[in-house]
Amino acid sequence: MSTTTTRGVAQPAPAKVSRPRPRRSLRASSTFNFWLFTGPFLIGLIIFVFVPIGWSIWLSFFEARFTVTPSEFVGFDNYQQILTDANFRNSLVTFTVFAAFIVPATWALSLGLALLVNRLRFMRAFFRSVFFLPTAVSYVAAALIWKMSLFNGVRFGLANTVLGWFGVDNIAWLANPDPPWYWLVIVTVRLWLQSGFYMILFIAALQNIPRELYEAASIDGAKPGWQTFRHITLPQLRATSTAVILLLLVAAYQAFDEFFNLLGKATWGQPPLVELYKMALGQNQNYGAGSAGAVVLTLLICVVTLLQGKIMGFGRGEESK
Amino acid sequence: MTTTAPGITKATKPAKARRGGVMGSTGLYIATGVAALLFLIPFYLIVRNALMTDPEITGETWKWFPTSIQWGNITEPFDDVTVDFAQSLWNSVVVAVLHTAGILLVCSMAGYGLARIPYKHANTVFYAVLVTLMVPTAVTFVPSFVLVSSLGWVDSYRGLIIPGLFSGFTCFLFRQYFLGFPKELEEAARVDGLGYWGAYWRIVVPNSLNFFAAIATITFINGWNAFLWPLVIGQDPSAWTVQVALSSYMTNQTVNYHLIFMATAISILPLVLVFLFLQRWLVQGIAQTGIKG
Repeated sequence: MSTTTTRGVAQPAPAKVSRPRPRRSLRASSTFNFWLFTGPFLIGLIIFVFVPIGWSIWLSFFEARFTVTPSEFVGFDNYQQILTDANFRNSLVTFTVFAAFIVPATWALSLGLALLVNRLRFMRAFFRSVFFLPTAVSYVAAALIWKMSLFNGVRFGLANTVLGWFGVDNIAWLANPDPPWYWLVIVTVRLWLQSGFYMILFIAALQNIPRELYEAASIDGAKPGWQTFRHITLPQLRATSTAVILLLLVAAYQAFDEFFNLLGKATWGQPPLVELYKMALGQNQNYGAGSAGAVVLTLLICVVTLLQGKIMGFGRGEESK
Repeated sequence: MTTTAPGITKATKPAKARRGGVMGSTGLYIATGVAALLFLIPFYLIVRNALMTDPEITGETWKWFPTSIQWGNITEPFDDVTVDFAQSLWNSVVVAVLHTAGILLVCSMAGYGLARIPYKHANTVFYAVLVTLMVPTAVTFVPSFVLVSSLGWVDSYRGLIIPGLFSGFTCFLFRQYFLGFPKELEEAARVDGLGYWGAYWRIVVPNSLNFFAAIATITFINGWNAFLWPLVIGQDPSAWTVQVALSSYMTNQTVNYHLIFMATAISILPLVLVFLFLQRWLVQGIAQTGIKG
């Protein structure tokens, strides 16, 4: 934030250089230019971001089924309905379990891959590309591969084929919530898709660690490997790790694509956005309750983001970077 | 270890490091290679299934490679009557291209205005942009759908593209980038008599192509791969993007494995190409901005 104000103060400097022009017309022209440049964006932002949010808050206080211009004011009934709705509360549990798996797993895998790739001398670009390539694949396509081939519940799925070689019976990966094998499918698909992306962030951060730190450590007798990793690499990656964990958490909160495609017809493993989708765009078209749900989710994610930022010092870490 | 004489430490250390280096690097390459193979399995499965016959895919024993490669499968998604795959591909091309072009134009200009043009309420405007970063776009799909449907934009390119153009995040990234753009270049343009508009298009943009390329690549990939919004807006199959079409294959009554995987392969191919050719910008952009979408 501090940069903003200093820049703002520093702005008028060029105006002094071009003295010959009258000052007032320059200021008028910069006001005009400001709106010329930012106007189209701001108009769009108001229409497509602020208006929907406002409308949604308004709708959340009305009985609004199959209509977006309701007349019956119901106060907090929609909120009460959604907060007592078992499906909605289960979806928050689903998100919590999902985040508990996917956030640490992605953090560890992407950091591990970055450490591996960073130490390679030959074929580094090749391996980096291989790990990065899944980023190009959509969640829908990946869900399709996982559901139809890799974790197909029948005998010709790859996972069941491999298990079959060891005499293990077929596992119905997605079709049976007990035992909850579906978590393995859900977590691995996202792990495959996003690890390469966070690996790139970690590689960039690793290359920013001053070499002298490692030299100093080896003079002090630190063994290369776990010791230097624990006492130099990890602390130096603190800012990046914090940012990565925050990004992962926000992304997990918004998970929709793979859940919808892998477990669309199931009654288990439904995250918040899928519940919201069913509520507002399913058979009932209950925009009132759907909007109330969106408001609750938005507030929750704001609280989580702020809390996490506070606990992990997100802001500080970023500014020092 | 620490108590040994300095001379001995010096003598042994390089040898030890080298030995550890050779052994370590073999282990390193094995570990990396195994991880790489695991990461490539899904790609292998797409190609394998896309070029096999269904009886081979669903056969009693696992076949690693098709006995004869079924090149004829390539046209099958296009001949399928249940899903108009060609139309969905075309929709995705239109949406991803216009989405990228639109975002670059609108957000870069706004970012430049916020970074460089003095205006007394500029900070207020900037905070209005920052506030939108707190609200994740995916969560607002219900209210956005409400708005777009009352505009009558359901099942249209307008509905698919326009609401996604006003990304506070991309605008923020451009602002940060332009704050670091060398002022001297613009001042030179000013001396030459160019206003903000002229300086922007003739000096700033041509000198920022790397950054534009990075943002464009990320935006294009996100536009092509988007699912939730196209699913909400594409009520009629004629407005489906390729992701919605792929998703519909999974819920169809009859499952045609080779067709589905060929369609998947075709949908991924443009992105893999974009990826391989533009990886440099992509990596640079991600490292600079730490974002995707």
